[in-house]
Amino acid sequence: MESLNIFIRSIFIDNMVFAYFFGMCSYIAVSKSVKTANGLGLAVIFVMAMTVPLNWLLNEYVLKAGALGWLSESFGSVDLSFLSFIIFIAVIASFVQLVEMVVEKFAPGLYNQLGIFLPLIAVNCAIMGASLFMQERAYPSLGQATAFGVGSGIGWWLAIVMMAAIRERLEYSAVPKPLRGPGIAFIITGLMGVAFMSFLGIQL
Amino acid sequence: MAAKSKNWQYFLGPLSKDNPVLVQILGICSALAVTAQLKPAFVMAASVMVVTAFANLIMSALRKGVPGRIRIIVQLVVIAFLVILVDQVLKAFVYDVSKQLSVYVGLIITNCILMGRVEAFALGHRPWPSFVDGLANGVGYGIILVVLGFVRELFGSGSLWGLRVIPEAWYVHSGGFYANNGLMMLPPMALILVGLIIWVHRGSNKDLIEK
Repeated sequence: MESLNIFIRSIFIDNMVFAYFFGMCSYIAVSKSVKTANGLGLAVIFVMAMTVPLNWLLNEYVLKAGALGWLSESFGSVDLSFLSFIIFIAVIASFVQLVEMVVEKFAPGLYNQLGIFLPLIAVNCAIMGASLFMQERAYPSLGQATAFGVGSGIGWWLAIVMMAAIRERLEYSAVPKPLRGPGIAFIITGLMGVAFMSFLGIQL
Repeated sequence: MAAKSKNWQYFLGPLSKDNPVLVQILGICSALAVTAQLKPAFVMAASVMVVTAFANLIMSALRKGVPGRIRIIVQLVVIAFLVILVDQVLKAFVYDVSKQLSVYVGLIITNCILMGRVEAFALGHRPWPSFVDGLANGVGYGIILVVLGFVRELFGSGSLWGLRVIPEAWYVHSGGFYANNGLMMLPPMALILVGLIIWVHRGSNKDLIEK
């Protein structure tokens, strides 16, 4: 039940884009067509669903203060948490490499469309952010960490697909010249964020 | 003299015409998240400045020795190393701000400004210009952070750097006419403010306007 609560919260209330601004770079740059946005969003869901539980395990059994206690008594006092940045990013980077190879093999069309943004998932703050939030909030079980990872991924996918749909329509409207492109994208995201704030207070 | 003025151009470019946040649209996440108050915004800006400058310097010095295929991993290691240093220094000297910044210090690693500048500049230039470029991008990013922090703290909580600017007596609860704009403290307003800054910036730099 707690997992379900975390799952729903991370999609709607603590939405990666609207509440924490994670992954804004690729969010603004890739949200010009729904098809590409959808592909990138799905890749992000996959990477997040895999890396958050993996990093949870690493955090729980290697990095946390006293986490090495299972190895032997004498390691009980070791605190490696200062290494967590570099370990998390290594896990994420290798996973992204994997996704890149799979997409290249099975969906070359999508691969060409995503271009530079596929490897850039590695430096998509949303993914690193999810792992860091997982560490900071100290989810007590693997199930909850997984629910958080999948939910955050879905939240990000939802945001970028909605944004792309709006921007496709926006092509035909008369936006003031200096606002065209990123300017209006920011303002729309802000307004969507206001809308998403209405989910606040939902308690499962 | 010629080399000096070129470095000067590398420095001036990212401040306005080629600003990392407004024009290159890099590093937005942290630019928005930490700017509800001026002090964390300033600390964040300083940290990013240090990391971009030294990441560019180190990667530029290493650029001939690193094979192209593994360069992303090498970059991540160099950047992560610098960020860990910055994180430890912040924890040691300004612990309360470090707590406020929470995960966003760690997220400097994935700040697109870093990878973007290393890829676009440091790998093709000598160490000293790369250092200048990194520093200038850090400063350009910092300017936006400080402007956002200034506006959001002033209108959102009536103070600057934690000090009260709008007199207590003006507030409605003590018989005045003034109330804080709570929306300023919330995430959506940061996005809208950046949109407005981009509007003003492009309005005065006509050649940046799209289409």
